[in-house]
Amino acid sequence: MKRRNVLAGAALAMSLGGAALAGSHEPVKVGFIYVGPVGDGGWTYEHNQGRLAVEEHFGDAVETVFQESVPEGADAERALTQMALQGADLIFTTSFGYMDPTINVAAKFPDVKFEHATGYKRADNVSTYSARFYEGRAVQGHIAGKMTKTNKVGYIASFPIPEVIRGINAAYIHAKKVNPDIEFSIIWAYTWFDPAKEADAANALIEQGADVILQHTDSTAPQAAAQGVDGVITFGQASDMSEYAPLPRVSSIIDNWAPYYIARTQAVIDGTWASVDTWDGIGPGMVEIGEISDAVPADVKAEAEAMRDAIAAGGYHPFTGPLKKQDGSDWLAEGEVADDGTLAGMNFYVEGLTATIPN
Amino acid sequence: MIRLEKRPNPSRAVGMMTPVLAVLLTMVAGGILFAALGKNPFVAIKTIFYDPILGEFAFYYRGQLLVKGGPLILIAIGLSLGFRAGIWNIGAEGQYIIGAICGAGVGLAFYPADFWFIFPLMVMAGAAGGFLWAMIPAILKTRFNTNEILVSLLLVYVAEQLLASMSLGLLRNPDGAGFPGSRNLRQYEAAANNELIAGTGMHWGVAAAFVAVILAYILLNRHMLGFQIRLTGESPRAARFGGVKPNLLVVFCLGTSGALAGLAGLFEVAGPAGQISIDFNVGYGFTAIIVAFLGRLHPAGILLAGLLMALTYIGGEAAQATLGLPAAAIQAFQGMLLFFLLAVDVLTNYRIRWAKLETA
Repeated sequence: MKRRNVLAGAALAMSLGGAALAGSHEPVKVGFIYVGPVGDGGWTYEHNQGRLAVEEHFGDAVETVFQESVPEGADAERALTQMALQGADLIFTTSFGYMDPTINVAAKFPDVKFEHATGYKRADNVSTYSARFYEGRAVQGHIAGKMTKTNKVGYIASFPIPEVIRGINAAYIHAKKVNPDIEFSIIWAYTWFDPAKEADAANALIEQGADVILQHTDSTAPQAAAQGVDGVITFGQASDMSEYAPLPRVSSIIDNWAPYYIARTQAVIDGTWASVDTWDGIGPGMVEIGEISDAVPADVKAEAEAMRDAIAAGGYHPFTGPLKKQDGSDWLAEGEVADDGTLAGMNFYVEGLTATIPN
Repeated sequence: MIRLEKRPNPSRAVGMMTPVLAVLLTMVAGGILFAALGKNPFVAIKTIFYDPILGEFAFYYRGQLLVKGGPLILIAIGLSLGFRAGIWNIGAEGQYIIGAICGAGVGLAFYPADFWFIFPLMVMAGAAGGFLWAMIPAILKTRFNTNEILVSLLLVYVAEQLLASMSLGLLRNPDGAGFPGSRNLRQYEAAANNELIAGTGMHWGVAAAFVAVILAYILLNRHMLGFQIRLTGESPRAARFGGVKPNLLVVFCLGTSGALAGLAGLFEVAGPAGQISIDFNVGYGFTAIIVAFLGRLHPAGILLAGLLMALTYIGGEAAQATLGLPAAAIQAFQGMLLFFLLAVDVLTNYRIRWAKLETA
């Protein structure tokens, strides 16, 4: 059984590889696989902005294709194979759940370059990239801690993966620093994009007394839900969501993928592309803090901007000790800074958070 | 004022032709939709219906038709038995999830052992999981006369929560650095449902779907139980006088459709999907309801309908990637198929009467 599979696999790889070679061509073709619709106003919207920036930058030298709302699983593998067969030279897969499909398809198309966002599996022709969103979460936490009157912050979380847990911790640490009475209520939506569920979560949190809503989901539904309610503030997620400024949206985390996508496409054109692991934050411009609106008092705004600049300059790390884990055990000593390995696999809350991570 | 009047003798021939007519109408209306979006409608229709079967990359797509159609056919065959008897299992999606969890759980329990019986055991566990999940609405119906439509549907959401819990807890990959999702079963030889002949898309689940088509045909046409199912659907009173035990029929129909949905889930998780993850289910259980009706609840019809539905998925994806059609347009296109099928069905059985408004 084993040997037959290996032989058969080799035959398939040869036929697929041959097809990819036969499709060699100008211009360079860059593909994008999106988890939501390009009009989600958040995560996928910003990746698509990056794609458009690639088109604008390279003009006729590059052709881009994309497929939106691709489920994370067997369907992603087909969408990827399809793009590779049709001659894509570089494919960006922009959601965590595309990790195994990306690795599987990449093994069949050794001449095609793949870039997987937010994952941890690499290969000779698979790079990974992500942004240090938690740097932006720290700034949000500071503003949230200063602005709340009820001392209750509502957090709409997507999936309990390290990226999301990091964001919760970063926001909590910095809210707590300026407001020792702060409490976080976390609702797990188990989706990246579902406006109805996200709106339900926002309404539930507001009913429980939260007057700050943070979201790690991609739609603008929580913003819309908070819009009608007095004294509730929100932050744009992934995209600026400035149509909800100055209230309820008081600031935002913006993902700016354009420079990265342009650089990686250039590398393919130059023949210098290599498999790398990129994790950039506010400093290199992959994460931006959206305009802090006038609803925020001037002194709070100035502090938040100072924190942003300190993180960008490398003078401040959002996870700096002393910090303890939720169970009371020591994590970081005074002045110690978290290492990337721990952050990448973060599966614990910091001390003070009362919720438990679902499993 | 429009009135619908029942045709005294609806044409049998037209009845058989309605799916074909619905497909043609969908092509026309879809073409208009694509033209309105600024795409060449002929190219779009060709990309969806022709290219996956006979186009440049058909060698890959043909196999994918089986991969996508297999679970749809397997689930729809099970559902059609109940639907014929007026027993409505709407929760195949949940039974599909539970089958996958049970099957994968058995496989992962043996990891990394390499015994020949692991995969057969997983198949049994998958079928048993789906069967037991379907027994909840079945027993509630036979004991307390609850509505199986509501119970089976709502259990889908319970199953989804269980799935999330399993991906984050019990079945999570211990080597996965804390990320959700189980080990990849495709990389575990003894538990993998790999392609039987590489490049064809043919895996055990597709084979099971073909076997189910044949067995369902025999059951409905050559077996007493099949006769009872048909009789109950057509005339419940006559069925009762004819000695049909309604409770037994409920248990049989829900149980069979649950077991087949569970099998589909197991074959999917051990094969194309590879792992238990929070987003494992993508709606096969619901789409199979459309497939069952598109195939006229007939085994051979379901076989064709499943492949046709798979074609609209695969061709639709290709149209997205190559023509830049939005995903929503493809979903609308698939929706049209069901809409036209129902519309043509109504017009086969009823005729429209234009009547003046009268006081009753």
